Amino acid sequence: MAAVWLDIALFGFLLAIAVAIARTRDLFAAAMLLGIFSLLSAGVFTLLDAVDVAFTEAAVGAGISTILVLGTLALTDQVEVPSKRRLLPVAVVVLTGAALLYGTLDMPAFGDPDAPIHQHVAPRYLAETPDAIGIPNVVTAVLASYRGYDTLGELVVIFTAGVGVLLLLGRGRGEDDPG
Amino acid sequence: MSAARPKMRMREKLVLRIVAKRFVPFVLLFGLYVQAHGDFGPGGGFQAGVIFAGGLILYAMIFGADELERVAPRRVVERLVAAGVLLYAGVGLATLLLGGNFLDYDVLARDPSAGQHLGILLVELGVGLTVAAVMTSIFLAFASRGRG
Repeated sequence: MAAVWLDIALFGFLLAIAVAIARTRDLFAAAMLLGIFSLLSAGVFTLLDAVDVAFTEAAVGAGISTILVLGTLALTDQVEVPSKRRLLPVAVVVLTGAALLYGTLDMPAFGDPDAPIHQHVAPRYLAETPDAIGIPNVVTAVLASYRGYDTLGELVVIFTAGVGVLLLLGRGRGEDDPG
Repeated sequence: MSAARPKMRMREKLVLRIVAKRFVPFVLLFGLYVQAHGDFGPGGGFQAGVIFAGGLILYAMIFGADELERVAPRRVVERLVAAGVLLYAGVGLATLLLGGNFLDYDVLARDPSAGQHLGILLVELGVGLTVAAVMTSIFLAFASRGRG
């Protein structure tokens, strides 16, 4: 029962922060609020027993993303210029939200053991990992071994994104590196 | 970033400086712990790389990007970006050469389970290297833009 109240409190905070982010014109405040939003999301993931996801959300969403957004703000203006077109963004948000809610109607209940995701390869991974891989954290076994090829792809995505940003930002002035 | 806004030079703030100086070693150590501990608990290369880079960036934010570049020169960090991907793909290549499938770590050691251990350790290291290097070099690129 306590977990339910915790859920309600966390989602209440998330909603309040989301509204605050949408309303504020101060981009510095928005960046900090986004960091808090990520940290609370990490709390939600922890309640869902997805500690690996929560860990990533806390480190990437609340940590590095906030720093990089602040780094961008240091190079640009700190106050958002209000957009004249207000109706279009609202329509897009409402439509997307409605589509997502509609999509959840078909989803199995949270933690349902008969859900397709728990019936496909997951039982094999859980049964095999102690013998075949021999490490206690099945998430790591799936990520690095069973789905190693996908993780290599993810790493290449990060590599490409990093190289792209470095190319866009340039190497900074006054630094002459022929390489 | 502190250099971008001369009014808010963070290295002149005593509390920030002392706290950061005491904090950074523990952040870096925790990053390494998460890297090494991914097999047993939550964590792994992605989180570890981000935490490690976070420690380096915290140092750079307080003491300036120049100070960080003395420890982690951009030339080196930018090469590490590629080194992590190469390490990961190299493990895949090694498994191919040893007669297994791509990224099938069983063949890396005589005992398949030990091979899996070694393979996961190496690819997680590759992930950690690239993630930490990408984050750090993006921050350094931002910081040097602010100075220029």
